[in-house]
Amino acid sequence: MSHLSYEESKKRVRYGLVLLAVVTGIEVLISLFGKGHMISSVHGNIFVLATCGLLIAGLSLYKAYFIVYEFMHMKYEVKGLAMSVILPMLLLVWAIIAFFQEGNAWKYRRDDIKKRDALPAAPAQESSLLPPHTYQMEWKG
Amino acid sequence: MANTDTALEHHVHEHDHQGDAWSGAQSPFKVSYGKIMMWYFLLSDAFTFAGFLITYGALRFSSPTWPVPDFVFATDPFGISNFFGKAPLIFVTFMSFLLIISSVTMVRAVQEGHRENKNGVLIWMILTIFGGLGFLSCQAWEWTNLISKENMSLTRNTFGTHTADGYYLDHDGKKSAETFREGESYLIHRHAAGGHGAEHGEAGHGAAHEYKAGDHAGYMMDEKGFVHRKYVYAEGPLKGKTQTEQFGPAAFGALFFFITGFHGFHVFSGVLFLLIIALNVASGVYVARKNGYEMVEKIGLYWHFVDLVWVFVFLVFYLL
Repeated sequence: MSHLSYEESKKRVRYGLVLLAVVTGIEVLISLFGKGHMISSVHGNIFVLATCGLLIAGLSLYKAYFIVYEFMHMKYEVKGLAMSVILPMLLLVWAIIAFFQEGNAWKYRRDDIKKRDALPAAPAQESSLLPPHTYQMEWKG
Repeated sequence: MANTDTALEHHVHEHDHQGDAWSGAQSPFKVSYGKIMMWYFLLSDAFTFAGFLITYGALRFSSPTWPVPDFVFATDPFGISNFFGKAPLIFVTFMSFLLIISSVTMVRAVQEGHRENKNGVLIWMILTIFGGLGFLSCQAWEWTNLISKENMSLTRNTFGTHTADGYYLDHDGKKSAETFREGESYLIHRHAAGGHGAEHGEAGHGAAHEYKAGDHAGYMMDEKGFVHRKYVYAEGPLKGKTQTEQFGPAAFGALFFFITGFHGFHVFSGVLFLLIIALNVASGVYVARKNGYEMVEKIGLYWHFVDLVWVFVFLVFYLL
């Protein structure tokens, strides 16, 4: 439950509305800037794109923090409750790093396969394995 | 005798509440069971959504090209973007605002609940429901447009992306004035019998020409009626070679429909629960309970969570 008076908390809500709307607007503008919609020479600049991406992700995290702490009243809950909900989320940091790395590896392998497929067919090679009958058990009944 | 019995029971209860932490009568987090379980449900749901969004990221990283969102989502109903010239993402930004506003009206409903103001709760909840329905309608339009006009499906992604600068060939295979840049996306239109596909950008292309099935100098029409235009790269390892437009990574459509669908289903069920609880509010059930409309608070937590997830769906699908 909130410790603010009714009037104060109503003001807080109006502030929240303006804040979320403005931050969302800024995010869209940054995104369009990064893609080169405002200044066309920016188009295709990986550095600008990455910087804008990180900025937008940061702003989104701030929006998430605001919604959870203000609108969902996490601010006024016992610290143990807040931590029991938020600390498990830290696992996602690992998940993001691991799976993006994995995605990159898939891409590398796909490129590699495409490159090898394009090579002229090599003459049939001697197998490094022993002849097939080596592995067959001889059954003498 | 009966009187003494109740007195004794009362005494036992008092004892439980004050002293014995092992009896389970106390809440360590000082919230009700229902609210704490709502929090943990939301935590588990957050992991589900995170799993989806991280999958999107991993598959995007694994693909050599990916459709550019501000090209794919440049459409809107009623020609809204014509007001502003070119305005990509404007429709989905409007959808985000709708969800933010409905989140704010939900906060107001919870506040009125704390004051035991029945009519206040009801009015703000109804506004919240309208916000949710508005969001769902917008999503319905977006899906319809993607499926029926742009022919996106779970397994087919009609949006491809160029990997270098170059120019298009016209219908007869001659160099046209239409150029493109590295990283720009294109939409493969369908020209099935009587169909036309010039709704999505690329003006001056499609309407006048009669496309025929088969491989031609300037385009290739596949058996399903999709016209893959031909183009030439002006740089890079494929410089000077004629290329045919290919479909984009197939995972894009599946990811889009699954993730926004899963979120939309959360909004839909949220609207249903809001309706049920609003009916209970109207009938005075919660007046009798005298617990500051805790049920409204719980559905409020869920509703804010739906808004919270949209923040990240919006980030991943539309902004990055």
